[in-house]
Amino acid sequence: MKIRDIVKTLGLKVISGEKFLDIEVTGGYAGDLLSDALANSKKGNIWITLQIHQNIIAVASSKELSGIIIVNGRKPEEETLKKAKEEKIPVMISNLLTYEVAGRLYEIGIR
Amino acid sequence: MKLESGDMKEFKADMHIHTCLSPCADLEMSPRNIIKEAKKKGLDIIGICDHNSAENFPAMEKSANIEGIKAIGGIEITSREEVHILGLFGNERDLFFMQEAVYSNLHGVNDEERYGLQVVVNENDEVLGFNNKLLIGATEMSVEEVVDLIHKFNGIAIASHIDREGFSIIANLGFIPEGLKLDALEIIEPSKRDKINTGKDFVFITSSDAHLINDIGKRYSCFLMKESTFEEIRKCLCKENGREVII
Repeated sequence: MKIRDIVKTLGLKVISGEKFLDIEVTGGYAGDLLSDALANSKKGNIWITLQIHQNIIAVASSKELSGIIIVNGRKPEEETLKKAKEEKIPVMISNLLTYEVAGRLYEIGIR
Repeated sequence: MKLESGDMKEFKADMHIHTCLSPCADLEMSPRNIIKEAKKKGLDIIGICDHNSAENFPAMEKSANIEGIKAIGGIEITSREEVHILGLFGNERDLFFMQEAVYSNLHGVNDEERYGLQVVVNENDEVLGFNNKLLIGATEMSVEEVVDLIHKFNGIAIASHIDREGFSIIANLGFIPEGLKLDALEIIEPSKRDKINTGKDFVFITSSDAHLINDIGKRYSCFLMKESTFEEIRKCLCKENGREVII
């Protein structure tokens, strides 16, 4: 499944990486400790988090994640957005909380 | 001119001690008890760093002065990423400017039954009142904003217990953000400092993070410097003219 399909199904707001929505999503990772994301997320995963600090972009980039969904309607810091654009990382915002975003992704087959 | 090593002395410093103002600290953490223990442990300098508040510092300083211990006023600030940062200040004016900035970015009311009492005391261990803010909560400031504010009020910014699994900059943010102007890092296990990738060369301190009387001074740093003042500590963290931190 592509990021584009997830954006549509979950009604996400894309705030960076609009041109890279055809990336294939291989699975999901949810968590807010970036040390854990570094240790346990896998290449191609879509990452669900409430963190908005610029370090999320570095983590997504180094782990080659397919994109980041920021939950609870939180808006990333300016520096985060800038880095996301530089690193070409799709970043989306959902008004839902982590539990529900993860549940819905699982439901549509991201496992 | 380079200082002769003979001008300098070692000062035992535990820069991270909580008082009964922190909801998670023992109620026995009163000025008199803390100072008594600090003296017993042979500490020359203590840092008073309650969570998101400094309201017990005036009492702590008065108690410390009586016993000839140097007390430095600080706040352990929780950033919005739930990273703990110690801000240490040279005088009460700067300290309370910082406290005001923290308070205006900290929301919620304490639930004493669940989180614990937040006791404001005087130097005679008498209760002056109870702080009702949610001191255990996180502020709305990013780590960058916290560090910048500490510096704005002439303070020293130290990332707390970077080798802990929670509330630490490395656990929560994966690594130390490039360009973050921390003055030092606090480490719980100094022997493992070489195993931590900090990105660049930082000065390390170690301290007790005491929430209980017995824990005061169980870890401390030795500051090799001229005298026990805030400005000397600042120079020591910059390794100025042969000053150094030994952990």
